[in-house]
Formats: sequence, C-alpha cells, structure tokens
Amino acid sequence: MSILGELKIGDSLDEIQLEPVDRITLIKYAGASGDYNPIHTIDDEAKKAGLPGIIAHGMWTMGNLSKLFTSYLEEGFIQDYTIRFKGMVFLHDVISLKAELAEKMGNKLRFHVQAVNQKGDQVIVGDVIYHQYLD
Amino acid sequence: MFRHLIGKQSGKVKNIVERGAVKKFAEAIGDPHPIYVDEETGHKSRYQANIAPPTFPRVFDYGTIEGLDLPNKGLIHGEQTFHYERPLLVGEEILCYTVLKNYFDKLGALGEMGFLLIESYGEDSDGKIVFSSTSTVIIPEAVKKVMVG
Repeated sequence: MSILGELKIGDSLDEIQLEPVDRITLIKYAGASGDYNPIHTIDDEAKKAGLPGIIAHGMWTMGNLSKLFTSYLEEGFIQDYTIRFKGMVFLHDVISLKAELAEKMGNKLRFHVQAVNQKGDQVIVGDVIYHQYLD
Repeated sequence: MFRHLIGKQSGKVKNIVERGAVKKFAEAIGDPHPIYVDEETGHKSRYQANIAPPTFPRVFDYGTIEGLDLPNKGLIHGEQTFHYERPLLVGEEILCYTVLKNYFDKLGALGEMGFLLIESYGEDSDGKIVFSSTSTVIIPEAVKKVMVG
C-alpha cells in the first residue's frame, strides 16, 4: 500500500515553500506554456492594466501546486484537479503549497489543496482527486 | 456579447505530447521529476513511458471557435478544472478541440462583467477522451466596452 493510502482524513502532505517569485521564472512559464499575456512579464503593461506590478500566471501557481503529488504518480494519477483563482501573486511573493486529505471514496482520495502567500492569504484554492491503482 | 456562440465548437487539431515541450513545461513549474523527463524512469514505470504534468494541456492548440475573438489582455482567469481518464503519455498524439459551454453577464466588482465557460477536450488515436478541462474566463466591463468598439 502506498503512503497516500495510509493517510487519515485531516492528514497533510509535506508542504513545499517556493523560492520568492522572480521575473525569469515567469518568463520561462510564458515560453513553456505559450501564454504571453504581457501583464505577467512586462512592468509597463501590468501598470497599464492597473496593477502595481507584474503578476504570476494563475496557471503557473496551479502547475506548481500539482507537484505535491508528483512522487505518487506511479501508484495513481490525478483524476480531477479543480482550482479557483482567489488572489494575485506578485514578484518576490513567497508561496507555500499545501494539501490535506478531505475524503476517502474507495480507491479515490480527495484532497483540499491551496497555495498561500507570505501573509497567509490564499491565492489559489481547490481540490485534487487522486485515483489509486488497485493492481 | 457571445451568447449567440454558445454550443459552438472548434475543429479538431492534432497535437503531439512532445518530449522537449514536456521537459520545458516541467522545469517552468519547478517540477522536473524523472517520471516526466527521464526516459529510463518512464520506460520502467507502469506507463512504460514518461507522462506529462496535469496542467500540461495548457500548451495544446485547440483550434478556434469562429467568432469568439478574445483580446490577449485584460481577461481574468477565474477557475480552471482538469479531468483525466489516464495520464498523458509523452510521444502520443492527441486531437484537441474546444467548445463554448456558456456565456452570461453578471454585475460584480468590475462592473457588468462577461463570464465565458470554455470546455476543452483531448482524444487519443482511438477516439477516446483522455482529458477534459474547463476554464472560466471573466471579461471586465472596461474590456468589454473596448471590444465592442
């Protein structure tokens, strides 16, 4: 039985704290994802949009959050991943990634997942349903 | 503004889950795990191949819904979901398309905002759906006005 299967409701996966957000990280994500919306990379464009500075792609944060589960992808897979984008992520923000087991449904495990900034504000929040292989 | 396009679908576009693209993407989200990037690890795994991170479908080309002309600036991504039947395998071919599921206007913090619910799909070479995803995209009132011109 995998470690995930041994978790009890309310147990958490090991939290990950990311390095402070820097521009090159967002430029890399823009290139890798093809999302070139300039509010994520160019200060003037962010200011024109009424923002104090560039903000991370919501999908960058969502992509990062999924890595809490990557080491378990041999024993199962992420069947559902649902996220609500709640707050913006700015340069130098320090984001922490968290997952807590909320429900067990046979071989499916539902986790509450969230990314929070250094002030403790949620920036994205949602659910992951991890489907464990039975064989 | 886009209500008349509800139900419209794009044409299907052939995409490949490219090894280089997966590696670049995994690195960009700070997750270059061997199951994504190391050929031998992939080969020895239950998948007998490398797999792609769950948010990788962001990279695919889904074609365009005729008439759904969106600016690349000013839109707000509200919600995102992915549903998988199985992980995406590196090297496989996926046919992708997108459907406008819903559009409505709603009064909110940014005036009378437009809400787009866009559903996207990826099928394997047998025509089986591998994943579906939904994006909720918000068009603030100021952006809507510019789009109408």
